Amino acid sequence: MMKITSRNLNVFYEDFHALINVNLDIREHAITAFIGSSGCGKTTLLRCFNRMNDLIDGAKVHGEVRLDGKNIYPDGGDLLALRRKVGMVFQRPNPFPLSIFDNCIYGPRVHGTKERKKLEVISEHALSAVLLWEELKDRLDRPALELTGEQQQRLCIARLLAVNAEVLLMDEPCSTLDPIATQKIEELLVKLKKDYTIVIVTHNMQQAARISDSTGFFLMGEMVEFGTTKKLFRSPKHKRTQDYLEGRFG
Amino acid sequence: MNKFIETIIEKSIILIAFSTVAVLFLIAFFIFKEGIPFLAQYGLPGFLTGSTWLPGEDKFGILPMIIGSIYVTLGALIVGVPLGVGSAIFLVEFANKRIRNIIKPAIELLAGIPSVVYGFIGIMVLAPWVRINFGGSGLSILTASIVLGIMILPTIISITMDSLTALPSVYKEGSIALGATTWQTVIMVLLPGAKSGILAGIILGMGRAIGETMAVIMITGNAIRIPTSLYDSVRTMTSNIALEMGYALGIHRSALFANAVVLFGFIMILNTIAILIINKRSK
Ligand SMILES: Nc1ncnc2c1ncn2[C@@H]1O[C@H](COP(=O)(O)OP(=O)(O)OP(=O)(O)O)[C@@H](O)[C@H]1O
Ligand SMILES: [Mg+2]
Repeated sequence: MMKITSRNLNVFYEDFHALINVNLDIREHAITAFIGSSGCGKTTLLRCFNRMNDLIDGAKVHGEVRLDGKNIYPDGGDLLALRRKVGMVFQRPNPFPLSIFDNCIYGPRVHGTKERKKLEVISEHALSAVLLWEELKDRLDRPALELTGEQQQRLCIARLLAVNAEVLLMDEPCSTLDPIATQKIEELLVKLKKDYTIVIVTHNMQQAARISDSTGFFLMGEMVEFGTTKKLFRSPKHKRTQDYLEGRFG
Repeated sequence: MNKFIETIIEKSIILIAFSTVAVLFLIAFFIFKEGIPFLAQYGLPGFLTGSTWLPGEDKFGILPMIIGSIYVTLGALIVGVPLGVGSAIFLVEFANKRIRNIIKPAIELLAGIPSVVYGFIGIMVLAPWVRINFGGSGLSILTASIVLGIMILPTIISITMDSLTALPSVYKEGSIALGATTWQTVIMVLLPGAKSGILAGIILGMGRAIGETMAVIMITGNAIRIPTSLYDSVRTMTSNIALEMGYALGIHRSALFANAVVLFGFIMILNTIAILIINKRSK
């Protein structure tokens, strides 16, 4: 099953052509990784999937993106519902300056759940799913900014699970974490993929090789190659992919 | 040679920096030198809680003026805070660049208008309106609250805008990415995040309101009595000093200095609270 598909996707920032004709199929319940050197458009592509590019003045998106077969760029489409389904984890952990509990149930709350009991159940589920519940259950009212970077990043993932997101977009989620914390987050992602569709941008090629099922390689706004991770890393079809993987530029 | 010049420059900068502190101390020193002996002789409790101010009979109670200052300042906050914080939110989160570029300079201009002009507009426009609609002379707490509320807008708006724009943009993005509307983002994430900065702005605005003199003299009516309604005339501590200092002699003069000491105390407390809040935020 394909969760997200894009056809002839082009993105412009003013006159700058940031993404060129991207055609892509992202499989459900799998981890898809985007790799490529800095500035090649990975973040831009990710932000097409939850329409965060709409926030940027001068950004224009042409072409088609479908989620579960439905175009997400129709006129007057329901942005709020889309963003509930397609959640995003940012490069730098960004818990809100609120308590751990308020962070966790932020989504359900803005979508109208008011009952305290329900919210408590949701927070326990979400925090358990990211393996934080045991650690934090006694100090849910503490500020989230007191947590370690890794805990903060887990909390940011929990926030998405609390709104029943189906797709998790992750923009270099481990780039501010140390190797041990990185490994723990990776284990978490592998555990989550049976219930979620995960798209991860990473600068760390080993990370892509370790956890992803499919990988796309980007260069200067173009998707040079897309395929199963095993194939792409073992026997890349394109010379430019091979050069990148061997560290000849990047 | 270069090193020599640098030492001179460095030393003179230190001198300049210290001279501002020195000026502050000199002002405090002169006020206290005149005011403290009077307080020692008249008694601080009697001075603060006495409700008659009759310099001719040596009765110096400033309670009506303290209450006048507090009412007018609170009134200014009730008018100015919602308007100011609301405008700042609008300008930072909702207005596009073009609108912001028109409104922001206009607000800065508001800060540059001399207070006598505010007082003038208060007398000519607002006071008649209050008189016709609510009765009384029109020179009242209500009139002063509205005028002062507008006068403190620039302070509150610019500090609130600064603390909203200082928030990392990932807060806003995180919230929007969870499907929240801009309005929900403002209420649930941005305002709590910027709360200490906004509070500091409110307290600075409060200091401005309590210290304002010229506009207040023109629009409060300056009656020395404890007000019982919004449409009553009041006198503030600042007006009391400004109105009487010109002709006061002897003990009357000292009593006005003592009044200044009390005002000084009020403003010091407000500023200290503002500084504490700002420091707590930067930690
Ligand atoms: N808001 C913007 N306005 C104008 N140009 C932008 C904007 N955001 C990104 N760009 C440009 O678009 C190109 C792609 O940016 P993008 O952030 O998607 O790259 P990236 O692959 O995520 O890079 P990195 O690995 O450094 O995160 C870059 O050349 C960047 O300068
Ligand atoms: Mg990026």
